Amino acid sequence: MRDAFIRTLTEIAAQRPEIMLLTGDLGFGVLNDFKARFPKQFLNMGVAEQNMTGVAAGLALEGHVVFTYSLGNFPTIRCLEQIRNDVCYHEANVKIVNVGGGMAYGAVGASHHATEDLAIMRSLPNMTVVSPGDLWEAAEATRAVIDHPGPAYLRLDKSAAPPSHQSGEEFRLGHARMIRDGNDLTLVATGGILEEAVRAADLLEEHGIFCRVLSVHTVKPLDTETLSAAARETGGLVIIEEHMIDGGLGGAVAENLLELNVHPTFFLRIGLRSGFSSIVGTQQYLRGVYGLDANAIVTAVIAKRSEFSETAKVGTS
Amino acid sequence: MIDQDSTSGKTRELARRIRIHSLRMTSSGGGSHIGSIYSCADILAVLYGHVLNVIPDDPKSGSRDRFVLSKGHACAGLYAALAERGFFPVEKLATHYQNSSDLCGHVSHHVPGVELSTGSLGHGLSIACGFAYAAKLAGAGHRVFVLLSDGECDEGSVWEAALFAGHHRLDNLTVIIDYNQIQGIAPVTEVLDLAPLHDKWTSFGWGVREVDGHNHDQLMAELSQPLHFDRPTCVIANTVKGKGVSFMEGTVLWHYRIPRGDEFEAALLELENCK
Repeated sequence: MRDAFIRTLTEIAAQRPEIMLLTGDLGFGVLNDFKARFPKQFLNMGVAEQNMTGVAAGLALEGHVVFTYSLGNFPTIRCLEQIRNDVCYHEANVKIVNVGGGMAYGAVGASHHATEDLAIMRSLPNMTVVSPGDLWEAAEATRAVIDHPGPAYLRLDKSAAPPSHQSGEEFRLGHARMIRDGNDLTLVATGGILEEAVRAADLLEEHGIFCRVLSVHTVKPLDTETLSAAARETGGLVIIEEHMIDGGLGGAVAENLLELNVHPTFFLRIGLRSGFSSIVGTQQYLRGVYGLDANAIVTAVIAKRSEFSETAKVGTS
Repeated sequence: MIDQDSTSGKTRELARRIRIHSLRMTSSGGGSHIGSIYSCADILAVLYGHVLNVIPDDPKSGSRDRFVLSKGHACAGLYAALAERGFFPVEKLATHYQNSSDLCGHVSHHVPGVELSTGSLGHGLSIACGFAYAAKLAGAGHRVFVLLSDGECDEGSVWEAALFAGHHRLDNLTVIIDYNQIQGIAPVTEVLDLAPLHDKWTSFGWGVREVDGHNHDQLMAELSQPLHFDRPTCVIANTVKGKGVSFMEGTVLWHYRIPRGDEFEAALLELENCK
């Protein structure tokens, strides 16, 4: 996703001199081409994320479209108050890019796991939160946040779902994409973990369970219309995210649908429930350990459905 | 006597008005940083009375000088300066800290003439660096000023920004430090000593001057032109907390204390008599 982002940004920056890319001294080998081609549009801010974000706000208020680029929690929580006060409050045109969403940097440890970012960033006023699920979405999201005036957070993952876009398909912020249709329940994913949702849908078909799969690339504003329709049409909602269980996409969907009086027949959140990871592992490995991979999703879905059907039997007897 | 015909006479009269307005505003409101306002009232008066190129009828003019009040708690002083310069009617000052007003107790960019909302310390300099860098990119000639408090220099983000400005030689950027030696609840030397402050900024690549922050001629001399053409400027303004009202001067108490009753009357009398 990182490469899709920088390729798209480079393409657009050639036409749009007001675009600037600020990095917190990360992106060795990745940002060299951008820097060489657009030296006036690039700044290495050093390992100083608070200043990076404040400077970005200042540049944006002077008319630039400014990307801040870093990894994990560095571009977000490390400088959260600058994001809140300087960027969001002033509606500065700053796009915050995190190239390590979820446990993308799994083996380096908990310091580098961005697993509370969706909850935190979506609570900020004026902030748009985007978490693409595949490479096409990552490229299109890059374009979309440039065209969208105001603050945005772009959470990029190392993993990505296989391409699923149709030719001519339009990417729209705030509009979830249906990756496949099915009648029995809906798997709702955000970020690269969409690949696990797609795989789980394949496996569930072997059990005779046909899933709709949605990629909710925009966590805020949330596409409540598509989610409500999924609840009404398929019954159960299973929310899948590489994020702490509290406050992320699962929280956002629950809050919004409850308020809209939309009640799925069952509601299941797949996310991190065990706190900080203390073991070493690749992203794939850690997903397996913490119950986020396709097999774990299948097991959880089957258990939830049988729990529901037991309850239903009790209810009708 | 203030000679109102000279330039510094005009700015000193403006400083006196800023102090009187601020006294009324903090007295009627529910919060006060009167000591912090008075230590920088002369700086604000010299900036808005003489140095800054700002246009009250066109507060967002592209060629304006940018002023960032990073010590946002001194906003009553800034609101008073802006009102006296004609950015909005002086009568509006009476709404400070009142329900439904936009004149909040830490400076707000919703007020005409205010560049940025601050209030959390350590934010203003970074944003000002963005303003200054953007001006360099555009080849624009305006200047960027930032007023920091001394306690604010405890914040690490100030030094991140100081490194950045020094590295990029932002000679269109001027920081003024209101060095009144007293922070929130204790003297600076007891909390986190900043000395030698001059050397710290010099070592970060800044051109540094020290002035008496209540001497308008000195302030004008140091602020009217950039001091260096290859590096940012830091003006350390040695000031007295609560300057202008004898019983407020140099006290920790008047960082937060609200002037009311006899104290209000006594302060007003001193300020009115200092013509």
